[in-house]
Amino acid sequence: MNSIAESRADRIFNRINVFLMVIVTLVFLYPLLFIVSASISDPDAVLRGEVWLWPKGFTLVPYVKVFQNSEFFLSYWNTIAYTVVGTLVNVALTIMAAYPLSRKDFYGRNVLTVLFTFTMFFSGGLIPLYIVIQKLHLLNNFWVMILPSAVSIFNIIVTRTYFQTSIPEEVYQAAEIDGCSRIGVLTRIVLPLSGPILAVMVLFYGVGHWNSYFNALIFLNERDMFPLQLILREILVQNDTQNLMSSSSANYIIDSTQYGTSIKYAVIIISSLPVLVLYPFVQRYFVKGVMIGAIKG
Amino acid sequence: MKYGDDITSEARKVNPVAQSTADSPLSPENASSPLRTFFQVRFKKMRPNLSLYLLILFPLSYFLIFCYWPMYGVQIAFKDFYAIKGITGSPWAGFKHFETFFHSIFFDRVVWNTVKISFYSILFGFPAPILLALLMNELKSRFFRKVVQNISYAPYFISQVVMVGILLVFLSPTNGLINKIVEFLGGNPIAFMMEPGWFQSIFVSSGIWQGTGWGTVIYMAVLAGVDHQQIEAAILDGANKWQRIWHISLPCIMPTAVILLILSSGSIMNVGFEKVFLMQNSSNMEASDVIATYVYRKGLLNIEYSFATAVGLFNSVINFVILVVVNAFARRAGSTSLW
Repeated sequence: MNSIAESRADRIFNRINVFLMVIVTLVFLYPLLFIVSASISDPDAVLRGEVWLWPKGFTLVPYVKVFQNSEFFLSYWNTIAYTVVGTLVNVALTIMAAYPLSRKDFYGRNVLTVLFTFTMFFSGGLIPLYIVIQKLHLLNNFWVMILPSAVSIFNIIVTRTYFQTSIPEEVYQAAEIDGCSRIGVLTRIVLPLSGPILAVMVLFYGVGHWNSYFNALIFLNERDMFPLQLILREILVQNDTQNLMSSSSANYIIDSTQYGTSIKYAVIIISSLPVLVLYPFVQRYFVKGVMIGAIKG
Repeated sequence: MKYGDDITSEARKVNPVAQSTADSPLSPENASSPLRTFFQVRFKKMRPNLSLYLLILFPLSYFLIFCYWPMYGVQIAFKDFYAIKGITGSPWAGFKHFETFFHSIFFDRVVWNTVKISFYSILFGFPAPILLALLMNELKSRFFRKVVQNISYAPYFISQVVMVGILLVFLSPTNGLINKIVEFLGGNPIAFMMEPGWFQSIFVSSGIWQGTGWGTVIYMAVLAGVDHQQIEAAILDGANKWQRIWHISLPCIMPTAVILLILSSGSIMNVGFEKVFLMQNSSNMEASDVIATYVYRKGLLNIEYSFATAVGLFNSVINFVILVVVNAFARRAGSTSLW
């Protein structure tokens, strides 16, 4: 392509395009950069609106204040627990559904696929689900954060498609002629060949758990079980930074007006940190996942 | 398909003893009843994969318990649900709750807000990733393209809580960044989050900021698969970049775009409840009250289970109908459809 000389119109197009893309990139990047800068800047400078891009002054006090708060810490730990256990359950169930459905000789796969997929387009709604959860005595239970979102049909379809397209039928036949059981084929052949899709699933489900707040909002009311996002909601949305201030301190009100905004920025950073730190390393897996999904559509 | 069946059926032909032992546990007497043959045929087909049925039992029970059981519970929309009497024991109430909803003063408000928010989200949010993907695809420097792509994906991974948190801090009337700019330009600070008039714009534009980059992934994948010879032929024929985008790239991504459009139309009544709920406050209710938040308020806060279920069911049914209609329309108009 490079061998063909570009026309004048194309050169103009390219310049405009590059210019547009730089602007678009800045639009995506700027808010994130601003939050980082503001969180480590002098709180007064932030309040006066002097921070535009680079930090003004330097302080880690907002971070210290956040880390001194035991409730925040506990919720952080809760979220880690929900994310780890939840993701394990998610991935296990996804494989358990995707592998049988990927086998062409699995009698009933069409019926089951329709049965599963239908839930994507129609649901009982919030209240009937709530009644079911209540009946199962799952309210205020650790497992209510895991079970109601135990598997996603979309991810099942993506995984099934991966199994079907990346592992040739002959491999199955060869293994089974050699006396490998169906489960043996799964553990010895399919799973070792499915590293990329498993990584994708772990990431999709993991981020989902990390970021979710709604199930916790309706199904949990004991504060020491709250996940991070619910505590974040109190701090960021309900504007309740007092909780984070050491209530023993006499300058508690001064604290909250002075540090309130900075603490919000710090909280945003701390809560998004795991995702944002891992993100550059794993984003190609995410992209891969979407592309596998796109094959099937 | 062939393989598993062949082995077992052949084994049975050769070895009648194996057949009788395999079938005996199913039904010992009445050898020729049609019901028995019905199960026999099916069991024969299932037999080689029995272990797989055991596996799929777990996800299947998830769907039955957490998706289909609530669907069964949807009948309380037509009943007066009392927790003590249970779902089956509560008396029938016909369409009472639906009528109450249709005549309620909130009906117009929540339905219109829901439709409007979704409509604007699709109207602006759907073309945005297509446009961005087409432009990114034309970038000559691979490195620059990667940088733009990776940065544009990042906002997608921010949680809704943090997203709304960011909005609140940025739009704060006292020290928010946006209002600093407004003041700098000589205007008066605006309490964006309090004004119903601003709600939809803020919701839709922040949604675009978060979702556009990620939305390009699928289109970039399709564009990467476009035949290079086609592009080169177009260049030789003197087509400029603009013409190549219009006549090659755009038609290539159309089928994908149509599928995505159908899917998003199917959720037109399911506005991003999580975000709406977070952005909602008593001052902007007029614009931010949607069906889903109404269901939450009525059902879980006021404990009007039956009424809230009826409202939710109304929502789901409309959604489903729209999906079917749009899909049928797409199938007739072009060749793409969901099923």
